[in-house]
Amino acid sequence: MSDHLSKQFDLDLEHIRTRILQMGDLVEGQLLTAIETFHTGNIREMQRVIDTDREVNTEEVGIDEDCTLLIARRQPTARDLRLVTAILRIVTDLERIGDKAAKIARMSQEVHQSCGQRIPRLPDLHRYGQLAGEMLRRALDSLARMNGEQARQVITADQELNAAFNAILRQLITCMMEDSRTISEVLDIVWIVKAIERVGDHATNIAEDVIYIVSGKDVRHTAAKTTADAGSAGQTPACR
Amino acid sequence: MPPPQENVEPEAILAVRDLSFYYGEFRGLNKVSLDIAKSKVTAFIGPSGCGKSTLLRTFNRMYDLYPGQRADGQINFHGSNLLDHRQDVNLVRAKIGMVFQKPTPFPMTIYENIAFGVRLYERLSKSDMDARVEWALRKAALWEETGNKLQQSGLSLSGGQQQRLCIARTIAVKPEVVLLDEPTSALDPLSTAKIEELINELKSEYSIAIVTHNMQQAARISDYTAFIYLGELVEFGSTSELFVKPKNQQTEDYITGRFG
Repeated sequence: MSDHLSKQFDLDLEHIRTRILQMGDLVEGQLLTAIETFHTGNIREMQRVIDTDREVNTEEVGIDEDCTLLIARRQPTARDLRLVTAILRIVTDLERIGDKAAKIARMSQEVHQSCGQRIPRLPDLHRYGQLAGEMLRRALDSLARMNGEQARQVITADQELNAAFNAILRQLITCMMEDSRTISEVLDIVWIVKAIERVGDHATNIAEDVIYIVSGKDVRHTAAKTTADAGSAGQTPACR
Repeated sequence: MPPPQENVEPEAILAVRDLSFYYGEFRGLNKVSLDIAKSKVTAFIGPSGCGKSTLLRTFNRMYDLYPGQRADGQINFHGSNLLDHRQDVNLVRAKIGMVFQKPTPFPMTIYENIAFGVRLYERLSKSDMDARVEWALRKAALWEETGNKLQQSGLSLSGGQQQRLCIARTIAVKPEVVLLDEPTSALDPLSTAKIEELINELKSEYSIAIVTHNMQQAARISDYTAFIYLGELVEFGSTSELFVKPKNQQTEDYITGRFG
């Protein structure tokens, strides 16, 4: 895209874009570490994930402020306007993902500190966490490259993640029914699994925002709606 | 149940079809077609010299004043073509009034500035004329400031007041369409805000077409926006669509400030 007549406008927009991508990197690192430490049981790394949350929160406030200032000063229109409004939403989704990562780390600490040996072994869980991480990576990539096609792949992947969530939930329920002594630990794992599922939803939101920036089409509650429906419909039998 | 307002196709007060305009040999407008919707505000935006003022000036035959300028095509107003040579230009201008960039009050009293135009078309008694002057000044949100000094010169008013006086003068003859050619470009922000507020109030009774250099002004006050470039109508649509999701790359470049 060609440049603005105002160089400062270009710089301001570029600054916000860079900042949101850096925040994305920070949150992605936080999430991947959180998921990894659940498997490795590294308590100190878990604490690092929890501590990073403060940094993420500061970034959220800062980027919000940058966007508000840019709107006040430049009155962006068209693609620029869509970029700024979308970033205001993306920043919220990234912050939530940061919260989820911290939550995963906190629950992992509890699980590992209470009685690590009673943790049920779930081979699918590792792959499931990786899938959520990949969704976030791809959503951030699509934002960096303004690639609508890549963003659509994230929305599709959310269906896969939801299906995996339901499968794992069923396994965990089975564990609790077979051995009631595990209920407390397994419940902690349920929270972790649920947090990962929510990360997928936030990554999907980011992807929808990228599509909005690129094409001007608001796809929220359209294609994404079927995804969400599929998720909750499949969830019901597992809960019963 | 009536259908929702959004989906109703607006009624056109002016239907412009294949309008081309020539300054001697130079073609200032090339086959422009668009509708000016009734009781709505339509804004024309574009870089200097693109033809947006030219387009506005064809609507009340302002170009007739200049030899060597001519227009081809059609501007339909109540079933007749405004460009037809048999049109009574004075009647056209009574129905389609115009306000210019710089306030142009006559060197007369505030009262006479308004009564002067009315007398050309109507024979009113003193009391009816008084009522008309008050009505026009109230419509233009100027009565509060000038009601007690109607015998002062129109030139004694501030720039913003003078421009509202010109709007009062225009609507005093009860036109159907009001054309505004950059009406606030010479005014301070507060006077501009008053004129914009006025435009918003007037649009229920008049159809308004406005040329503006200020894109944010077009975004604030208009229902429809036309982007004109090098004499061509590049994009025309609802203002909310054009400023968020323009269809044309040139429009996008212009409104985002990437032009040139």
